[in-house]
Amino acid sequence: MNACPERIVHYMHEYLDGEITREHELELKTHLQSCVDCQAHMHELSNVVAFVKGAAHVKAPADFANSVMARLPKEKSHAGVSRWLRRHPILTAAALFFLFMSSALFTNFNEEQQFSFTKQENVIVEGETVIIPEGQVVTGDLVVKNGDVRIDGELDGNLTIINGTKYMASTANITGTSEEINEVFDWLWFHIKDGAKDFISFFEKEETKK
Amino acid sequence: MDALVNKRIKQVLKGDKDAFAEIVDLYQHKLFQVCFRMLGNRHEAEDIAQEAFVRAFINIHTFDQKRKFSTWLYRIATNLCIDRIRKKKPDYYLDAEVAGTEGLNMYSQIAAAEELPEEELMKLELQDRIQYEISRLPDKYRSAIVLKYMEELSLQEISEILELPLGTVKTRIHRGREALRKQLSKQPNFL
Repeated sequence: MNACPERIVHYMHEYLDGEITREHELELKTHLQSCVDCQAHMHELSNVVAFVKGAAHVKAPADFANSVMARLPKEKSHAGVSRWLRRHPILTAAALFFLFMSSALFTNFNEEQQFSFTKQENVIVEGETVIIPEGQVVTGDLVVKNGDVRIDGELDGNLTIINGTKYMASTANITGTSEEINEVFDWLWFHIKDGAKDFISFFEKEETKK
Repeated sequence: MDALVNKRIKQVLKGDKDAFAEIVDLYQHKLFQVCFRMLGNRHEAEDIAQEAFVRAFINIHTFDQKRKFSTWLYRIATNLCIDRIRKKKPDYYLDAEVAGTEGLNMYSQIAAAEELPEEELMKLELQDRIQYEISRLPDKYRSAIVLKYMEELSLQEISEILELPLGTVKTRIHRGREALRKQLSKQPNFL
């Protein structure tokens, strides 16, 4: 048997796996006809397969399924929630987003009690009042937080007042829109509109790029 | 059957625990058989097969429903069996004397477990004899041989269960057959 090529044993296993090519099978058969040792080897391997295949099917004990069900972990009350979250990842992300966004907005609203305004030329500030003097023209938007606005001249743009009042002289002129925001919900609405505008202009930019 | 199983899995995912009972019913014998052939002990096999189902239940959301459920289940079970076999391997000193025996150390115990004397072998029923020979195979070959000849799975499926390349699975089956041939050729009447 020492003289036999190693591949013959390999072919035997290929044959037993049912994955032997025609050429290999032919070579194996020819070899087996002339080699008693390899014949015995092949015979023993076939017997091994028959021996192992002779194993009877074993069945699980009768109460097996019940025992498994009894071993399953009891569902915790929050398991339903976590499963829902797992099954709806996008809704979960959206909910989290709104939670953080709204909390950030509310805190901003309460914290930003300081007087601030958009820096524009030709604007005078007296105490916490922003004044556009008579005869002056301010170009661009004006946002004033926590302060009042007195317009004697002209504003060529939008005016937004948060937590404040607007005083207009008869000579006053605002070319854009003007709004006063004094409540939390107005504030929120303003932010949403602002965000939407940015969002839309972003897409418009994208399109013009194309 | 796959369609039914996937339906039950979806129910389990929605929180219907009872739908899992049907899955257990469908696969209990297969899983118990693998564990029994791997471990050679009904008690342990029952424990590990049950544990496999519990793990499957806990991790069911990680199962990809485009794949075959039985493959996934077999993988959990064979991994648990192999862990158990490795834990059973003695971590004590072989030459330590066994309590309650005089002059008997672990060497003689292991030798006894590895190979029964011929007269004892002759007394074994065929089924016990098959299990005895299988249990003497190294666990690498044992899992491949059990899945191939006792569960009658394809080489491709075995490679997916054991997470091994097809070539490695074939080698393990070839070596397993050769190992069994050597084990059996030492004793007459079988080959």
